[in-house]
Amino acid sequence: MPLIEAHNVTIRIPTEDGIIYAANSISFSVEAGEVFGIAGESGSGKSVLMQAITGLLPGAEISGEVLFEGRDLLKMSQQELQALRGSHIGMVFQDPLSSLHPYFTIGSQITEMIHAHSKVSAAEARAMTVDMLGKVGIENAESRFDDYPHQFSGGMRQRVMIAMALVLHPPLIIADEPTTALDVTVQMQIMELLDEMRKSFGTTIIMITHDLGLLANIADHAMVMYAGTRLEIGATRGMFSAPTHPYTLGLLKSSPSSETAQGTNLVPIEGNPPSLLDRPQGCIFAERCPDVQALCRSTYPPVQIYDDGAEALCHFVPGDKDMVLPARAASPDHASRPIVVDVQDVRLTFTAKSGFGKKRSIEVLKGIDLQIRKGETFGLVGESGCGKSTLARVIAGLIPATSGEVTLDSVPIHSVTGERWRQMRRHVQLVFQDPVGSLNPRRRVGAIIGDPFRIHNVAHGEEQKRQVQELMEMVGLNPEHYNRFPSEFSGGQRQRIGIARALAIKPSLIIFDEPVSALDVSIQAQILNLMHELQRDLNLTYLFISHDLSVVRHVCDKIAVMDAGQIVELNESDRLFADPQHPFTCKLLSAIKDPPPLAGNSDRRIINTRPASPNAVMMEAV
Amino acid sequence: MIRYLMQRLLFACLVLVSLSVFVFFLFFVAPGDPARVVAGDKATEAQLVQIRENLGLDRPIVVQYGSFVSKALHGDLGYSYRNQQPVLDLITRRIPATVSLVIGGVIVWLAIGIPIGVMSARNAGTRKDRLGQTFILIGLSFPTFVLGMLSLYCLYFLPRKAGFMLFPAGGYKPFLDNPLDWAWHLVLPWTTLALVTSAIYARLTRGQLLQVLGEDYIRTARAKGISERKVIYKHAMRATLTPLITQLGADIAFLLGGSIVIEQVYGLQGVGALAVQAVANQDRPIIIGVVMLGGLFIVIANIIVDLLYTLLDPRMR
Repeated sequence: MPLIEAHNVTIRIPTEDGIIYAANSISFSVEAGEVFGIAGESGSGKSVLMQAITGLLPGAEISGEVLFEGRDLLKMSQQELQALRGSHIGMVFQDPLSSLHPYFTIGSQITEMIHAHSKVSAAEARAMTVDMLGKVGIENAESRFDDYPHQFSGGMRQRVMIAMALVLHPPLIIADEPTTALDVTVQMQIMELLDEMRKSFGTTIIMITHDLGLLANIADHAMVMYAGTRLEIGATRGMFSAPTHPYTLGLLKSSPSSETAQGTNLVPIEGNPPSLLDRPQGCIFAERCPDVQALCRSTYPPVQIYDDGAEALCHFVPGDKDMVLPARAASPDHASRPIVVDVQDVRLTFTAKSGFGKKRSIEVLKGIDLQIRKGETFGLVGESGCGKSTLARVIAGLIPATSGEVTLDSVPIHSVTGERWRQMRRHVQLVFQDPVGSLNPRRRVGAIIGDPFRIHNVAHGEEQKRQVQELMEMVGLNPEHYNRFPSEFSGGQRQRIGIARALAIKPSLIIFDEPVSALDVSIQAQILNLMHELQRDLNLTYLFISHDLSVVRHVCDKIAVMDAGQIVELNESDRLFADPQHPFTCKLLSAIKDPPPLAGNSDRRIINTRPASPNAVMMEAV
Repeated sequence: MIRYLMQRLLFACLVLVSLSVFVFFLFFVAPGDPARVVAGDKATEAQLVQIRENLGLDRPIVVQYGSFVSKALHGDLGYSYRNQQPVLDLITRRIPATVSLVIGGVIVWLAIGIPIGVMSARNAGTRKDRLGQTFILIGLSFPTFVLGMLSLYCLYFLPRKAGFMLFPAGGYKPFLDNPLDWAWHLVLPWTTLALVTSAIYARLTRGQLLQVLGEDYIRTARAKGISERKVIYKHAMRATLTPLITQLGADIAFLLGGSIVIEQVYGLQGVGALAVQAVANQDRPIIIGVVMLGGLFIVIANIIVDLLYTLLDPRMR
């Protein structure tokens, strides 16, 4: 018997701009004890759906039926839902730092919940909390009870969140991107913990994530959402090796994995997700679908039900010929190319004053050696705090090294000062992680991209505008958008602006600091492809910093693995993945979760089709 | 922690010294002759010279400043030019009225401003919010003296005309003589001060609370299934305390230095009224004393607020 069963859940959120159609006639059911995955890109409505049905979105208008333990959640009052939350439905959120109250101790935050749901004494609540903290792997739980969230590391905070969600042994846990904000190795530990807890308490888990590899590895069933619509649902085993919907297939093809070849282009899903403010007449994915037909735009697709239980909202059946990826190409040989960047025994020590006037020094970089050759992509991977971004700043000349030498095109960068330093800055450009935060919202795109021309006195006036528009075209932006503000662009387009700015004065080296980690997979693939094409056409040299090993494997020729301020392993990309030497590299590699290879499934047959029209359902709901 | 406190105290002293230099030299370059103020219009030139010599005004400015500082450190802020009374006595006599006004005012304005801000933020975008925002707009744009005159007219003058005494027009009655009488005399000044200031606090509370209510930990609190009242008053308000305290510290310190308009309207003999008289009389020692007192309050309030931060925010410990 299913623990939770949703039928035709439709969510509309009234806003100043109009009604947001956040979920359209979503149905799913989750068996007790299983892991059910909800996958989708940002804005697909996956979090909104779960928050709305648990009563956490008071502004939403919601219709349909959600049976949980036999009762309809949507008919419950706020008080009834409040009584269920925490005791019957536990929740774990994405960012454990911002999800825990910074001013209360972790113990009091957990006991508060116990007291809200059951009549126990303070001592009993404390004992329950300490016991659960111990079970989720917090050492010295008794003494850490009175610590504040900021005194824990990211992974430990997420363990605290999980302890909070589990302490009353709810039958259902909703985990909303529980590992996205964490380092890969910590991600793995948290997933293992969740799985362990599921086994020992028999908890059912609904896992919301954008990470298909993760879902493929842990979920029994999953559904894929796009623009508030359920495009596909079924058993994960079949879904990721032989998807029944072109969107799922597109997501898989645009994710870099061991199957996608380094140096080849990924297959991105073109375009951007649609606005949720209006409903198209036909298929919601039609605008971006590679296999779109006239029928898709005119008629809302039916639900096709396959014999293995998979359901897809599509007019057609994807053929097995689509289930192939571009062939693997041999990576070009860079060994004979000139060296662009040469880093020799670079050390960096930060000195901090402590309370008693004594100086405390922290060695951030402990003797780094590396060479980057012309035209290659050099990857730098490591967990947060390992010093990879700091190293990038040293190479860019933004932080002086304590000792050691960085040469750029055979010129040592740290000995130069004043005007020479400014000259040198031309040759290294940076592209940052957050495409929203790293562009000044009050300046026009043309001015942002044109800055390097102005600063380095290269071009002015009409000439500058012409060159900027050329750059915009090169990175796939419409040059007519010269006078727009960054807020008028999507995340992927903003990252293109950042790349155009970096390209402006033809630098010797472009440093990409986590350039795609804030983007959705389909957009990420577009940006990675753009980077690859630009490198091929302009013979650019990249230093690529990332925590995402799949991405690094896809784009880099050479990879350096950093841990605690040191490069523990440096090798050709293929060799590093095939034959890791250092234990830390092995640990990182073992944490990669790839979806199973695309295989197709020619045995599968459609057994039934059911008409599905969101409009009909809405009429019914009104 | 102690080191931090010492640093802050040292910095506070520096601020006060700079302030004293600034005021002292400001008067030196300002026009007007103190001797004329002391002696009156009919004094002869010889008398003026004599007075300047008595007051030490004929000495170089740096020497005058040095003697001011060394006396001030011994608790002597000089004597009023007008009535030759010690400045310190004049000020300390005025402090009870000002402190009474501020303490009551703070309590009333917090009691009005915070609930209105909370109501507005909890019902953002609805009619209740617009009501709160209207209050904020009116409060912010109402000049204090107009509100003061208006409440005097409605709550003192009209009842008097009708033949009874609802609230007195002003004046200060010492708390120790009769607490009820003290409060009764202060009701009008308190409400006037509070109505204007509470608008600022309502706006601040609304803005901060709206921001905090969007935080992830508020979602967590709701996901735990605790009551909405607890979510707002325990989890959300706890996080809005810090900016409120910053504002409160600055406001209290500022008002303790004398709230000129209200003391003037209600005839309260507080520090603000003293300052107004001193300026009108060009009574420099008093002006310098009042300015230094105001500076001292602000510096102390800042230190207290900083210490409170570390108490309130575990991340700062």
